[in-house]
Amino acid sequence: MSYDNLDITKLHDQLQSGKLTAAALTAQTFADIKRIDPEIDAFLTLNEAAAKKAAAAQDDAGIEADKPFAGVPVGIKDNIVTKGLKTTAASKILNNFVPVYDATVVEKLQAAGAIIAGKLNLDEFAMGSSTENSAFKTTKNAWDHTKVPGGSSGGSAAAVASGQLPMALGTDTGGSIRQPAAFNGIVGLKPTYGRVSRWGVIAFASSLDVVGSLTHTVRDAALTLNVIAGHDKKDATTADLAVPDYTAKLGQSIQGMKIALPEEYLGEGVDPAVAEQIKQAAEQFRSLGATVETVSLPHTKYAVPAYYIIASSEASSNLQRFDGIRYGFRAKDVKNLEDVYVRSRSEGFGPEVKRRIMLGTFSLSAGFYDAYFKKAAQVRTLIAQDFDKVFEDYDFIIGPTTPTTAFKIGAKVTDPLTMYMNDILTIPVNLAGLPALSIPAGLVDGMPVGLQLIGKQFDEQTLLQAADAFETATGYQDAIPGGANE
Amino acid sequence: MNFETTIGLEVHVELKTKSKMYSPTAVSYGAEPNVNTNVIDWGFPGTLPTINRGAYSYGIMVALALHADITRHTHFDRKNYFYPDNPKAYQITQSETPLATNGYVEIEVDGKKKKIGIHELHVEEDAGKNSHEDDGYSYVDLNRQGTPLVEIVSEPDIASPEEAYQYLEQLRQIVQFTGASDVKMEEGSMRVDTNLSVRPIGQDGFGTKTEIKNLNSFNHVRDGLAYEQKRQIQLLMAGGEVRQETRRWDPAKKETILMRVKEGADDYRYFPEPDLPPVFVSQQWIDEVQAKLPEAPAKRRARYVTDWGIPEYDAGVLTLTMEMANFFEATVAAGADPKQASNWLMGEVSGYLNAEHLELKDVALTPAHLAGMINLIDDGTISSKIAKKVFQEIIKEDVDPKAWVEEKGMVQLSDPAKLTPIVNDILDNNAQSIDDFKNGKSRAIGFLVGQIMKQTHGKANPKVVNSILMTEIKKR
Repeated sequence: MSYDNLDITKLHDQLQSGKLTAAALTAQTFADIKRIDPEIDAFLTLNEAAAKKAAAAQDDAGIEADKPFAGVPVGIKDNIVTKGLKTTAASKILNNFVPVYDATVVEKLQAAGAIIAGKLNLDEFAMGSSTENSAFKTTKNAWDHTKVPGGSSGGSAAAVASGQLPMALGTDTGGSIRQPAAFNGIVGLKPTYGRVSRWGVIAFASSLDVVGSLTHTVRDAALTLNVIAGHDKKDATTADLAVPDYTAKLGQSIQGMKIALPEEYLGEGVDPAVAEQIKQAAEQFRSLGATVETVSLPHTKYAVPAYYIIASSEASSNLQRFDGIRYGFRAKDVKNLEDVYVRSRSEGFGPEVKRRIMLGTFSLSAGFYDAYFKKAAQVRTLIAQDFDKVFEDYDFIIGPTTPTTAFKIGAKVTDPLTMYMNDILTIPVNLAGLPALSIPAGLVDGMPVGLQLIGKQFDEQTLLQAADAFETATGYQDAIPGGANE
Repeated sequence: MNFETTIGLEVHVELKTKSKMYSPTAVSYGAEPNVNTNVIDWGFPGTLPTINRGAYSYGIMVALALHADITRHTHFDRKNYFYPDNPKAYQITQSETPLATNGYVEIEVDGKKKKIGIHELHVEEDAGKNSHEDDGYSYVDLNRQGTPLVEIVSEPDIASPEEAYQYLEQLRQIVQFTGASDVKMEEGSMRVDTNLSVRPIGQDGFGTKTEIKNLNSFNHVRDGLAYEQKRQIQLLMAGGEVRQETRRWDPAKKETILMRVKEGADDYRYFPEPDLPPVFVSQQWIDEVQAKLPEAPAKRRARYVTDWGIPEYDAGVLTLTMEMANFFEATVAAGADPKQASNWLMGEVSGYLNAEHLELKDVALTPAHLAGMINLIDDGTISSKIAKKVFQEIIKEDVDPKAWVEEKGMVQLSDPAKLTPIVNDILDNNAQSIDDFKNGKSRAIGFLVGQIMKQTHGKANPKVVNSILMTEIKKR
C-alpha cells in the first residue's frame, strides 16, 4: 500500500468504481503488514484468514455506496473486544482471552463494511504513554524506530503512520489517542465522553475512557466518527443525541471563529521548539480569518495528580475482575482460593498496572477517601469550570498536544512521574469530558509535532471544520516518515 | 444487674422483576445452573451495566409502603470485594444516596403499639451462589447474580427477640402486599441478618454487637436472638467482654456458633459507579408508583372489621398473605356471606393447604366456586355435612359446585310433600318409639330421625325432617 492510497474516501471511490477489489486491497494490506510491521511491532494479532474471507464476500455482494468503509481494512486497539479474535489488552492476564461478543464500535465498523485486519499493541490495559508497558512488545515510532510511538494507542498510531492501515481505533483516557497521533504525525480524534459507546471496551477508567480514531486525514476522522458515534442502549453513559454528518462542514471557511490559546499550554515544561510550532499554527489560523487570543486555565497544574487518583481508583476496581477464575491467565499449582487470586494477579499484571492498582486502592480506602478521591473529584469540577468559562467567549482552544516530540525508548520507564507529566496537556480534556483532536503541525528535528484542538461538549463538528481548514492550508499531513519503509 | 437489649435488622428482599437489576437476563428461581446468565452477569471484560427502571420502581413501591422518604437525586456506588460468586469483584449498590430514608413499621407486642424506625432502603444486586460438593470442587451458579434486591435497614429500635419477630412479620406482610416481592425466607427471596447488643440499664453508649447469619425462618431469628441475648448477658455477668463477631445459628443445637471475629470495619472502598449515570426520581415517577401501590394489609384489616363485622383476630389471619386476602375479597365479591367465607378460608381451606403443604395458587379452588358452595348451604340445597364432600371436590377439581351436587344427586330433600309420606312410613313401623316419645323419652326422636335419614340416603334436610316429624308424631 502506498501513502497515496491511505485515504478512506479515495479507497472507497476506487473500490466502488471497480478499479480495486476488496480482496486485492486486503491481500495488499497483509503483504504490507508483513513487510513493514517486523520493524514497527504494531500488531499483536492478525485476522488474515477472516479478513480475506470478509473481503471476498464484499466483492461478491458489491461495494455499497452508502457504506463508507466497504472493503477498507482497519485495525482495532487490543483493548476493544472482537468476537472470536483474541483480545489481550496487552496483558499477560488476558494472554489467551477470546471474546464471545463484539464491541459496539466493532459491530458498527463492520456494518459499515470495514475489514478487521488485526489487533494493535498498547500499554497494558491502556496504562502508559509509550507502549513500553505492553506485556508482549514495544511498538516503534514510525518516524524513528529508536523512539516510542507514544501510548497507550501506540500500536494504532504506528500502524497508521507507517503506512499499514488507513484507520485504526484507539482509546483515550488521558491522551492515549492524541499523544501517539502527535508523536507519529497523524490525526487523532478523541470524541466527547458519551459520544461513542464503550460497550466492549475493556475498562481502564470508566468515567474517562473514550473510543476514537487514528487516521491520515481530518476527513477520515470525520468519516469514522460518522460510523462509530451514537447512543447505545448497552452503554448507559452514551448521550441520546442525534449524530450529525461530521463531514458536512469540511471545506467551509473558519472566518470569524474565536480561538483561545491558554498561557498554561505554552509554559514551563513545553519544549520551546514545540511552542514555536504552535505559535506558528496560531498565526496560520489568523491568516485563515480567525482570531486567536491568550486565555488562562488556572487549574491546569492540578490536572495530573487529580487524574492519576481518579483513573487509578476506577482502575483498581475495574481490574478486580481479573481473578483467574472465569477467563484469562490462572497461576499454576495454587493451594487455595486466595492463592488463585493472589498469584494469578501477581503473575498476570505488569508493574505499571500494579502501581496504579495500589495507588487507586489506597485513594479509595477508608480514612483516605476524602483527602484523595473526593478531593480529586472536586478538582475535576474546577477544571471543567475553567473550560466552561473559556467556551463562553471562544469556539475552541488550541495548544500543543504534548510538551515534546517523541522520546527515546527506555528514556522514561524508570521515572513514572516524568512519564505522567508528559500527559499534562491532554489529561484536562478527559477530566472535563470534552472532544479534542491532534493534527500534524510540522516537524522539530525531523519528528512530528501535534497541534491539539479542544472543543465544546458534542461540538466535534467545529473542531473537524477548523482542523480541516488548517490541514488544507498547511499540508503538514503530507509529510511521511522516512524510516517506515526502510 | 439489669440489662437492656438493642437489636437492628438488615433485611434483603428480592424484587419480583422479569429481568436482572443491571442486565437484560431473566430472573429465575430453581433453573439449571448458569442458564439465566450473560456476559454482563459473568463480569466479562468490556461489559457494562444498565439500570432496570422497573426494579427501581418496585424499590420505590416498597419504600412508600414503609412510609419512607424517597431520595430524589441518587446515584449508584460500587462496593468492592473478592468472592467467586461476585464476578465483577464489586457489587453495584447505593451507599451515599440510598433509595429512601426515614421509614417505619408499626408492631404490636403485649397489646402495645410501637414504631420501629427504618434507617434506609437501598437498591442493589444479588450475588451468585457457591456450592461445595463432595467431589472436592466448589461450583458457582450465577443465575442469581444481578437479581434486584432492596435492603431494608432498621434503626436499632428493637428491644427484644419477640419485637424482632413481630417486626419481621409486619415487614414481610407489608412488602408482600405491594406485590414487589414474594418475600419467602425458604426460597431466599427474603433474608435477614441481625445485630444485637446488650448494655446495663442506664449506660449511655451501646454495648458491643454481634451479628447472626444463616437465619432461615422468623422462628430462627427469634431463637437465635434470644440465645445471643442470654449469651452476652451471661458473659458480662461473669466479668467477660463481648467481642465483635459474626455468628451462625445452628437450629439443631439451638445455639449460635462463632464464624469469625471482626477486627475493625470491613473496607469496601465505596465510590460512585462511573458506568451508570445518576438517577433523578421525579415527583411524577413517585406519583405513578403511588397510584399502583395496592392497599396495605392494615387498611384491609380495618375494612374487614368495620364493613363486614369480621373479628379482629380473623381479619389478621385473612391478611397474613396477599393471596389469602385477595381470595377472601373475591369470594365475598362473588356473593358469599363474608363471615361464612372467612370461616371456610380459615377452617377447611387453611386446614387442607397446611396438611398438603400447598398454597392457594396450587389448588383448583376459585373464589366463585367457594362462594357458590356457601350459597348452596345458605339456601338449603346442601347440608353442611354434604358441603364437606363438595369442598373435597372443588378444592381438587375445577368444577361448579351447583352442577356437581345435582349431577351426583346430593341435593337435599326439603320438599314437605315428599318427606311427609316417608316420615309417616317410619312412624308406622316404629310404634315403640312413638310410645317412648310420649313417655318423655326425647331420645326416641333421634332414633326416628336416623331412620328417616337412612331411608333417604342422608339427603333429607334435617331441619325440615325435624319439623314434619314433630307435627306428625303429635297426630298419633
